[in-house]
Amino acid sequence: MRYLPLSDADRRDMLASMGVGAVDDLFRDVPQAARLDGPLDLPRQQGELEVQRHMEALAARNVSAGSVPFFVGAGAYRHHVPASVQHLMQRGEFLTAYTPYQPEISQGTLQYLFEFQTQVARLTGMDVANASMYDGSTGCGEAVLMAQRVTKRRKVILSGNLHPHYADVVDTVTRFTPEEETIVRRAPAPQGGEDLIGLIDEATSCVVVQNPDFFGQINDLTDLAAAVHEAGALLIVVVTEAVSLGAIKSPGEMGADIVVGEGQSIGNSLNFGGPYLGLFATRQKYVRQMPGRLCGETVDSEGRRGFVLTLSTREQHIRREKATSNICTNSGLCSLAFTIHMTLLGEEGLRRLARLNHAKAIKTADTLARVPGVEVLNETFFNEFTIRVPRPAAQVVELLAQRKVLGGVPVSRFHDELDDLIVLAVTETNTDEDIAALAAALTEVLQ
Amino acid sequence: MNRQGRPTGPSVSTGETAGATWTGNRALALDEKLLFELDGWGRTGVDLPEAELQADRLGGLNRNKPIGLPGLSEPQAVRHYTRLSRKNYAIDMGLFPLGSCTMKHNPRLNEKVAGLAGFADIHPLQPVSTVQGALEVMEQLAYWLTTLTGMPGVALSPKAGAHGELCGLMVIRAALEARGDARSRILVPESAHGTNPATAALCGYTVDSIPATPAGRVDVNAMVAKLGPDVAALMLTNPNTCGLFESDIIEIAEKVHAAGAFFYCDGANFNAIVGKVRPGDLGIDAMHINLHKTFSTPHGGGGPGAGPVVFSEALMPFIPPAYVVREGQELRLVEDVPHAQVGRMTAFHGQMGMFVRALTYMLSHGGDGLRQVAEDAVLNANYIRESLKDVMTPSFDGPCMHEALFDDRFLKDTGVSTLDFAKALIDEGYHPMTMYFPLVVHGAMLVEPTETESKESLDDFIGAMRSLALAAKAGDTERFAAAPRFAPVGRLDETRAARTPILTWQEPEPKAAAE
Repeated sequence: MRYLPLSDADRRDMLASMGVGAVDDLFRDVPQAARLDGPLDLPRQQGELEVQRHMEALAARNVSAGSVPFFVGAGAYRHHVPASVQHLMQRGEFLTAYTPYQPEISQGTLQYLFEFQTQVARLTGMDVANASMYDGSTGCGEAVLMAQRVTKRRKVILSGNLHPHYADVVDTVTRFTPEEETIVRRAPAPQGGEDLIGLIDEATSCVVVQNPDFFGQINDLTDLAAAVHEAGALLIVVVTEAVSLGAIKSPGEMGADIVVGEGQSIGNSLNFGGPYLGLFATRQKYVRQMPGRLCGETVDSEGRRGFVLTLSTREQHIRREKATSNICTNSGLCSLAFTIHMTLLGEEGLRRLARLNHAKAIKTADTLARVPGVEVLNETFFNEFTIRVPRPAAQVVELLAQRKVLGGVPVSRFHDELDDLIVLAVTETNTDEDIAALAAALTEVLQ
Repeated sequence: MNRQGRPTGPSVSTGETAGATWTGNRALALDEKLLFELDGWGRTGVDLPEAELQADRLGGLNRNKPIGLPGLSEPQAVRHYTRLSRKNYAIDMGLFPLGSCTMKHNPRLNEKVAGLAGFADIHPLQPVSTVQGALEVMEQLAYWLTTLTGMPGVALSPKAGAHGELCGLMVIRAALEARGDARSRILVPESAHGTNPATAALCGYTVDSIPATPAGRVDVNAMVAKLGPDVAALMLTNPNTCGLFESDIIEIAEKVHAAGAFFYCDGANFNAIVGKVRPGDLGIDAMHINLHKTFSTPHGGGGPGAGPVVFSEALMPFIPPAYVVREGQELRLVEDVPHAQVGRMTAFHGQMGMFVRALTYMLSHGGDGLRQVAEDAVLNANYIRESLKDVMTPSFDGPCMHEALFDDRFLKDTGVSTLDFAKALIDEGYHPMTMYFPLVVHGAMLVEPTETESKESLDDFIGAMRSLALAAKAGDTERFAAAPRFAPVGRLDETRAARTPILTWQEPEPKAAAE
């Protein structure tokens, strides 16, 4: 077995040196009744070539985004990732390191986390960011729990235009907490005009909104933020498309108290939904209520600058059942990919990338608006918008797929009742030919 | 050398090598500034065309103020992050004996396969007809996990071990509520990972701690005394965090079940028994499996991990979406379960990138190879334990499972602490073992070599550990108090970091204002 260095002779020598007859003697604490006599009914070990062949055959049964005109978004986005990002994150010193609990030999990880935290804080317009969460949706759940801790209130108001999976995760993580919860989950409003301010009261801990929202619309949150603060609650703003932060006024500028985001768009592949990267940022005054790992600057025994994981008294390994969260990890390697890609972009590149996405989305929306039967719902959008079609949307998307076009996500995949809507995302990876192919296929399908 | 004082300027430290260098570098040991201190303002390292954009549709919400993000060209960026990488210890560089973490070799075939466009470049919300291969990976992974554990159900979506714990306890709570009996307490041994009590609290339970026996196992009588009609579950790690198999586990399971409670197992240490023992045969109802431990997906400097949970028959109806079901030739993805007791744990379907890597690892090893993994992991740990027991103090009688636990009795009256010992190990070129965990022994040192170390590598490590133990006993305390002497930085002031947290880079104050 190519991954196991011990030879049979090594094993014999080692056992002999310990005065142990057979390796099974080392398992003597295992109750006899529970010991398996031999290997389970599973395939036997295989060489690299055979395994690669097996996995390649499975991969070949999927239609990869790069092989077709591709317009799927709704929480995960296909962007071009520079080649050097993948190369650098695959370096063994990053890939095969552990959580930097021994800071003297983990400065590489710690320094990029410090850079990451700074980049995320600036992007979101907040004071501080943590070293990342599992993904945007779990970050959203943690943000709600944090708002409840900060305000000591329980009521949570979820916008109907929050990504439905995110709202589901909030439901899941608050369901079994000891106190009674009130989760107010609004119905989706694909054409906007949602009124959340009227729902806020003295029991409200937080309001959670997404921007751009699930249907792609961009909302000015300033008035909402003022009303939330007036009531002593927190505004949680979710951003599922991090590239939008290069074009749209930041959540911090609009008054957010906590910003959670999905950082996959920058540096990370689609990966069929994971691993992704939860961004989590807040205001300085709430830092000790934050979940997750934090990297901080300090000095070493000789006064040289160095970095460590800090404020760990919030965390489970110290606080156990009194911790701010049970989370014990971040999304380290994905945050590295984000940081490297962000570093390559710089502000200049990010703004340029965002404009490119926006321009292509406008072009696509205008092209689709001319397809008979298609109505574009959005007046505002960044790189994602919603269309109404005169047939069940799930069917339309399936028929598009049969024509080798992956043409967005039917909203009925989340909300049964909204069966004629499709959410489409357009990025810098889409060519004019892609847009024409989508329009042609859609025209054909709707005839 | 100066150990207390903190000279302010850049300094080249120890007296071993002569003199300072002009750069502060030492040959291959290179200093690296923060990204924000490099000359990246206004620069970019990507070539993107200028968009043709007449009128935007941002609704007047354009981001007009500067964001403050420097950019680097590709050569600068590659150099910056390559230099940073060299300040990390990693499995690729040497034995990584971090107990409880299973720092085994990460096969590169797994990385290659995970990077295939058919896995890396597919979207979670594509039509399921276009991702049948991905769903088959999930189905095959589920088959391996259920077969290896002898437990019929599995939730693949949890994103990490602690997330799996949360899923497992929520499922248990849902099952109890379904029978009208939510209960209120979780029993957790003193030696448990911190995530266990934190998770229990998140599920609305109070935590009751169970003491250990002098032999490092759960005190069955003490546990029975704490069992009652309000106990929802026992959370137990097996093999436990002392590196020992809970020899009374079948009896423990029977008692837990007799009290109407469920048995949750923290599967962090599954590597010791994979292919040798099926947790289902021990009476376990739910167990998370850290794919980043037993099944070799990279730790990545702190994630991403993956924490699927296997379940007994009784808990299967409560498994949260998303999951895969087979309907003839077609695989279907169940994304929404109306009125589910436990809802979605995360957006989408789980850590696909890790599923691919773990399945690749399983196929490489086969059922026979995985059994060998457990045997070699246990053999290696015992070999270390036996080779060091004359100079260090193992906490419990042997044999151990896949990790060897020592305490600090051998350091008594030497003036050397477990922390000092660990830092001195850094100077010898190793990542330290887990220290001060588990909490049940004094000054714990938990050593887990894993099966991917050769005998030669183990012998070298044993040599280093022996030499340190003997030096401590011989009164060579300088070697410890000053450690690490050869790392990129010396011991870091963690108290200062926590007292006045600096969590982001700030523009330096103008020169005139500086001291």
